[in-house]
Amino acid sequence: MKKNKDVIIETAIFMCGMLSIIFVISIFIFLFKEAISFFWDYNFIKFLIGKNWYPNSNKPLFGILPTIIGSFLVTFGACVVAVPIAVMSALYISEIAPKGVRNILKSLVELMAAIPSVVIGFIGIRTVVPFVKFFFNIPTGLTAFTGSIMLACMIMPTIITISEDAIHSVPWEYKEGAFALGATKWQTVRRIVLKEARPGIIAAVMLGIGRLVGETMAVMMITGNSANIPDSIFDPVRTMTATIASEMGEVVRDSAHYKALFAIGLVLFVITFIVNFIADLFLRKK
Amino acid sequence: MSKIEIRNFNLYYTSLHVLKNINVNILERKITAIIGPSGCGKSSLLRSINRMNDTIEGVHVSGEINIFGKNIYDIGIDVRILRKNVGMVFQRPNLFPISIYENVAFGLKINRIHSKKNAINEVVEKSLKSVSLWDHVKDKLHKSALSLTLEQQQRLCIARVVAVASNIILLDEPCSSLDPIATQKIEELIIYLSDQYTIVIVTHNMQQAARVSHNTAFMLLGELIEFDKTEKIFTNPSMNETEDYVSGRFG
Repeated sequence: MKKNKDVIIETAIFMCGMLSIIFVISIFIFLFKEAISFFWDYNFIKFLIGKNWYPNSNKPLFGILPTIIGSFLVTFGACVVAVPIAVMSALYISEIAPKGVRNILKSLVELMAAIPSVVIGFIGIRTVVPFVKFFFNIPTGLTAFTGSIMLACMIMPTIITISEDAIHSVPWEYKEGAFALGATKWQTVRRIVLKEARPGIIAAVMLGIGRLVGETMAVMMITGNSANIPDSIFDPVRTMTATIASEMGEVVRDSAHYKALFAIGLVLFVITFIVNFIADLFLRKK
Repeated sequence: MSKIEIRNFNLYYTSLHVLKNINVNILERKITAIIGPSGCGKSSLLRSINRMNDTIEGVHVSGEINIFGKNIYDIGIDVRILRKNVGMVFQRPNLFPISIYENVAFGLKINRIHSKKNAINEVVEKSLKSVSLWDHVKDKLHKSALSLTLEQQQRLCIARVVAVASNIILLDEPCSSLDPIATQKIEELIIYLSDQYTIVIVTHNMQQAARVSHNTAFMLLGELIEFDKTEKIFTNPSMNETEDYVSGRFG
């Protein structure tokens, strides 16, 4: 009797596990199926490095280079802003803050990670967009730079909590050993703690990047949505995700344009898959 | 001549009175063992000598510990310099997860004792030789320190201390994670080092105290019961408690 129950539970758990794998694989197959038919009519290289995205002209052009650059600019900018601040915050929470403060900060940061991205976009429109326009004296505040700042705010909580876990799990014996040799707190942190926590911190950053690349709502609202190759970070851009989200509603089903959007989705899928895979490698290295 | 003079020293952990009015003179270039049952405060006393207790929240002290006639609890004492000079080896080898070479060089770099690569190489070699590890590791200096055996790791911990410490080494049950043969080798090393260093060793192993030390302090419930030549403590102690402990009646 007992044995039967075990078998049933085991099978159920096995099915659940398999189900999540099946989901991922079917998503990929679905994307791949829709996207591959696009490439029968349109050259893959031309798609990837084409400079123009004119899906509705008489002779449509589906070059996604501007959107790849847009995604890259926003992601890179957000990392430059978020990573140093996030790692320092994690260090403060883990190494400097008194115990009571640490617990409060940790739960506050975790709470911040739950802010919906549309709210981030909304706050961005009301605050950072006019500020950027005014401060840099440019025609519009809807730029890659603005997007970077808001997205940095969005991913910081994720990077902070995961890096804080990594920093906090550095054994006390290492720090004790360093102190006993006459090291200051800063020397200990820099030479021992950060070194030991590095795989965890890199994994945190990679997970943050994964989220950035896939982020849609906030970037659509604050980066200007213009599918041209930007001259600088202070130009409006459009990301791959925003392209799909803003055009999917109006597209004719099964047209070349429709399939092109799936092809963008496939490219996105591959990019986030690679980023998450790298994050996983570092997490496992720990 | 005494190197470390402990005067009316008390240590409290929040409201707990851990060390009660300790008075003892630790002699230069001798090995002093601190023995006593678990929880008697022997580690706390040892950790007071390089102020490692400062890293624990809620610890406060009164009284003096004079090293070379200078009270290390005076305001204006640089704790970092104190800890550099008074080296400490812990129960379990606590090497950093970096290379063998970097472990020894760490203390030199952070204390800015040497900045030239040649000078650092020289001290690393000398320190590793003094703990008889050089021949074994000279071809794999840049391998991870954690790849060594426990005994070698503990030797490396001692080398790390020898590289920067000028004359005092504190050992907190340094053999408690080692097998008997490794323990014997580390004991030989400790005796060898006592030519140049004043050594204080905390041990729960009475035979070890009897084997290596010149003087022994016996502690019980936070008090120093007796301090004398090791031979006298183990053969003809003045206090009944000491006799009961060393003869194995309790503890």
